[in-house]
Amino acid sequence: MAQHQNTSIFSAELIGPAIRDSFNKLDPRQLIRNPVMFTTASVALLATVLLVRSIISGGDIAFEAQIVFWLWLTVLFGNFAEALAEGRGKAQAASLRSTKAELKGKRVKGDTVKVVPASELRAGDIVLVETGDQIPADGEVVEGVASVNEAAITGESAPVVRESGGDRSAVTAGTRVISDWIKVRVTAEPGEGFLDRMISLVEGASRAKTPNEVALTVLLTGLTLIFLIAVSTLPAFAAYAGGSISIPILVALFVALIPTTISALLSAIGIAGMDRLIRFNVLAKSGRAVEAAGDIDTLLLDKTGTITLGDRQATDFLPLSGVREGELIEAARLSSLGDETPEGRSIVELAGAGETAPAGAEMVSFTAQTRVSGIDIGDRKIRKGAVDAILKLHDFDQGAVRQIRTLTEKIARTGGTPLAVADGTRLLGAIALKDIVKAGIKERFAELRRMGIRTVMITGDNPLTAAAIAAESGVDDFLAEATPEDKLELIRKEQSGGKLVAMCGDGTNDAPALAQSDVGVAMNTGTQAAREAGNMVDLDNNPTKLIEIVGIGKQLLMTRGALTTFSISNDVAKYFAILPAIFVALYPGLDALNVMGLSSPQSAILSAIIFNAVIIPLLVPLALRGVTYCPQSASRQLVRNLGIYGLGGLIVPFVGIKLIDLVVSGLGLA
Amino acid sequence: MEHVFIVALIIGGTALLSLPLGAWMKMAMDPAPGQMTGWTSLFGRIGGATEEQGWKRYLVTMLIFNAIMFTVTFTILGLQQYLPLNPDGMGPHDPTLVFNTAASFTTNTNLQHYSGEASMSYLSQLAGLMWLQFVSAATGIAALAALARGIAGRASLGNFMIDVQRASFLVLLPLALIVAMLMVLMGMPMTLQGSAVATTLEGVTQTIARGPVAAFLTIKQLGTNGGGFFGPNATHPLENPSFWTNGLAMIAIMLIPMACVWMFGGILGRMKHATVIFAVMALFILVKITGSVTFESAPTPAFAELPVSTDTGNLEGKELRFGATGGPLWAVLTTSTSNGSVGAMHDSLNPLTGLMPMAGMWLNATFGGVGVGMINMFLYIIVAVFVAGMMVGRTPEYLGHRIEAKEVRLAILALFSHAFLILGPTALFAATSLGQATVQDPGAHGFSEILYEFTSAAANNGSGFEGLGDGTWAWNIATGVVMLLGRYLPIILPLAIVGSLMAKRRAAESAGTLGVEDATFGTMLGLTVVIFGALTFLPAAALGPLAEHFSLP
Repeated sequence: MAQHQNTSIFSAELIGPAIRDSFNKLDPRQLIRNPVMFTTASVALLATVLLVRSIISGGDIAFEAQIVFWLWLTVLFGNFAEALAEGRGKAQAASLRSTKAELKGKRVKGDTVKVVPASELRAGDIVLVETGDQIPADGEVVEGVASVNEAAITGESAPVVRESGGDRSAVTAGTRVISDWIKVRVTAEPGEGFLDRMISLVEGASRAKTPNEVALTVLLTGLTLIFLIAVSTLPAFAAYAGGSISIPILVALFVALIPTTISALLSAIGIAGMDRLIRFNVLAKSGRAVEAAGDIDTLLLDKTGTITLGDRQATDFLPLSGVREGELIEAARLSSLGDETPEGRSIVELAGAGETAPAGAEMVSFTAQTRVSGIDIGDRKIRKGAVDAILKLHDFDQGAVRQIRTLTEKIARTGGTPLAVADGTRLLGAIALKDIVKAGIKERFAELRRMGIRTVMITGDNPLTAAAIAAESGVDDFLAEATPEDKLELIRKEQSGGKLVAMCGDGTNDAPALAQSDVGVAMNTGTQAAREAGNMVDLDNNPTKLIEIVGIGKQLLMTRGALTTFSISNDVAKYFAILPAIFVALYPGLDALNVMGLSSPQSAILSAIIFNAVIIPLLVPLALRGVTYCPQSASRQLVRNLGIYGLGGLIVPFVGIKLIDLVVSGLGLA
Repeated sequence: MEHVFIVALIIGGTALLSLPLGAWMKMAMDPAPGQMTGWTSLFGRIGGATEEQGWKRYLVTMLIFNAIMFTVTFTILGLQQYLPLNPDGMGPHDPTLVFNTAASFTTNTNLQHYSGEASMSYLSQLAGLMWLQFVSAATGIAALAALARGIAGRASLGNFMIDVQRASFLVLLPLALIVAMLMVLMGMPMTLQGSAVATTLEGVTQTIARGPVAAFLTIKQLGTNGGGFFGPNATHPLENPSFWTNGLAMIAIMLIPMACVWMFGGILGRMKHATVIFAVMALFILVKITGSVTFESAPTPAFAELPVSTDTGNLEGKELRFGATGGPLWAVLTTSTSNGSVGAMHDSLNPLTGLMPMAGMWLNATFGGVGVGMINMFLYIIVAVFVAGMMVGRTPEYLGHRIEAKEVRLAILALFSHAFLILGPTALFAATSLGQATVQDPGAHGFSEILYEFTSAAANNGSGFEGLGDGTWAWNIATGVVMLLGRYLPIILPLAIVGSLMAKRRAAESAGTLGVEDATFGTMLGLTVVIFGALTFLPAAALGPLAEHFSLP
């Protein structure tokens, strides 16, 4: 992916195929997906037939031919916009596909290992992947540890560790093991893997129209019907006035009035929005998810890594009175040996060198449910973990409990996270962990608040610590001591109040919440279950991106709305160009409506239809890049876009048509 | 200055009066729990049912009720020569005229292809037509109340039989009683005696038609009906005896349509939103009034060669007591509100002045008919919200209701039907002898006459441009069908939209959702009305009033 990020919209390698594709897309079966462009093509065909008739019978061919030419160009420009938007994805898909074709796997059956093409691997098969091998299919690591280069998927060249068990067990087809070996249980049937999904996504092959796109298509089709009535009744009106209007001219008026501009760009906007997300290294499983991202009301953000710098570091050991500091440190160190989280490691680090775990000792590893880790050495059970979780383990001495409460409150109030350490039935003291709030995060939250988005910090910390960090970071609300069940409950509560919720997660226990949320972003390093549950996957594993994802969703809808407004507003000027031109023969006085002072009726009609066609390629860059988006409240957003695209849509065509008229009459085309 | 003063007095005064009336209508139509319980149970007993209705049940009940209204009136009009209360011995009507008239009054249009005083018995006028002027207006108010309940997020739309009685007995009847009293005090006839016979100064015997005029006229104005007791409508001296009845009538035209906006806001609990809608509607009205009064201050070209003073504007076809301002002002008010009573001859208006009433009916939502005007504006709101909603970067929502393909389809279908019902038949009649043979004037003006007639029918307005021999079977049937479709489609489709909205989960509002209570939204709504409502008709306008205007010497 990374190698494609710099491909510009108009690079020559994309434009050539796009032009070829514009003609392929004249296939009626493809055109019918877009009713307005289909209508345009149909009337262009009608005009062409009439032109042929005129050529045979001899008429004013030059003018008619020019109209026919520009009508077809309007259709082709629309096809070109779509082809160009698809082009970049196709190039990406091609390179992914070549990766896929080369994949081979070492299938393990009993004691035998056999090399087979990846396409023969079924879910449940076990494959061995050794140093230098590419992982042949999506799966879970069942044995071993390896560092894996995932650049083929993420573009990130730093290798990541994949190991069995825990939250880092998922591997993706096409990535390469660069040291050690792992055994992988295949989880995806051929053709249904992550790579396959990515190929179809970037290619736009599985692109179904999103609900909003369908609704907009309905509006544009309805508008086309309304103008069909307005235009098709004109011959009768003209007959009353004792005149007639030729069909090519009626066709020109009709095509100028119907919303061809937005219709031509509609699918390009959708593809480009998806593409922006992909280049941002986020894969959305559907266009619907991208739109939903723009609608998010509540963002659930994990404190760690999103709001704070991530790894909390142990900063202090605070023994209870009567406990030697050394004893606390040693217990803390021993009990953290089985805690592979960054916090656990930082405790071991702060404790410094000491004896290793005695042989026969059993590690109790940290889990999100127990929130406790520890070690069993014979009968001696040393535990370390969240204070309330530790206190639940045993009926400790009341005095010690009081003391530990005072200590933890002190730590929490400063925004630190307290952990308690116990040796059997004896409380030893507390460990202070410190979170560092990311720079600039407070401003981001203020921005989100102005956009009407509520941020909720999710943390396993106790309420006091959480409150201190919430205040420091400016988040709107927090959920402290959160278990996965609490998270799910919070999402359900928000949704029942009519809110759309976004969150990110990586662990298997996040899967239900990811599935329940409206936009669930799974980290690529996460478990297979999490990646299946979410409707987006972040290849960079950066939870802060959730904020930008919302922006990309909004930008997509805004681009659609802005170009619709522009397209529809253009009609005012087109009316003033074409109506006087048509009617001046019936009522000479109506030349007064020719406010642009266009040189002749034929030139006026031609100029309007030329403007109508060339505005499409001119707007392609805007459609692909998206309108400028800056986070602000809805009403400011509307003022801005209405000013630029509404007012602009009224004025620009007056200027444009006049200029084209000068050229057309200057060249003597009409 | 005098013009400005009159306009400000009528519009401003009515706007002020509409506030308390709107509050009363909210309470009467949609009482809070514990309010008006006596009335509700009484209406429930009379209506025979009190159950809460979903949108389909509500709609079906309403359509059945309207079908009964149509049948009863059709029967009375068809058999009037055999029925009592016919002191002047009015004879039978042509069947197509009976169809047209029954359709016209059932649909709150009151397009009249007859002269009441010359052909209708008192029973026809009172039991047939005046009754319909009440219940057709009540139907519109009930439909709006139901629509508002749905948008407000209630579980049901209410009960039509109760609503229609609330609108009739608690809103229309008391108000009509007050206004009719005032009208009688100002000299309007109210009698069941037959025509008076008088001997003029020249010794000629003259028959002066009269009747229960005050009662008929009052509800005609209040209910945006517009059907006059007399053929010349409010230009007849007995239907509009003085400057004061003229002013009061104009207030009565605007009052309930304006109050409907407040009632809508009241039921939604969103008065600020109602204020924005009100402001947009008022702005359109003011533009149209300014246009028509300005254009009408120019002298008519018909008098150009005559040795008469023309510095008072175009006085052709005007009631001279009201001058060149009163006529066009009335013309704008009556067409903006789907009323259709006339205070001047629209056929005689200067061409561009004549465009203003047509524009009012093309939009049909700048206050519009009682109840239905606000419902029409709801369609524009759906479209505006859809486009504006995308521009703020969200899936469009209206007050928390997601606007998706189904809603857009129904709204655009309703807007399409309005354009189709006007332009389609106009094309048919303009291109064939059906219309060509009936126009009185040649050229663009004759085209305006045809265009106006179908516009008036589709908008359920009922005013006539006149100058049209519209008493033919073709006109009777065509306008009758257009009136029926033009009435019921814009009620059925919006209620279907609300039904679809009610079935969906409602979204929460925040700073990120589209606000519908500020000037920006008002601007967007105004633009939508112009582009979706008016642009469609620009070619027709160009060939009618505009062509005529620019052809003037």
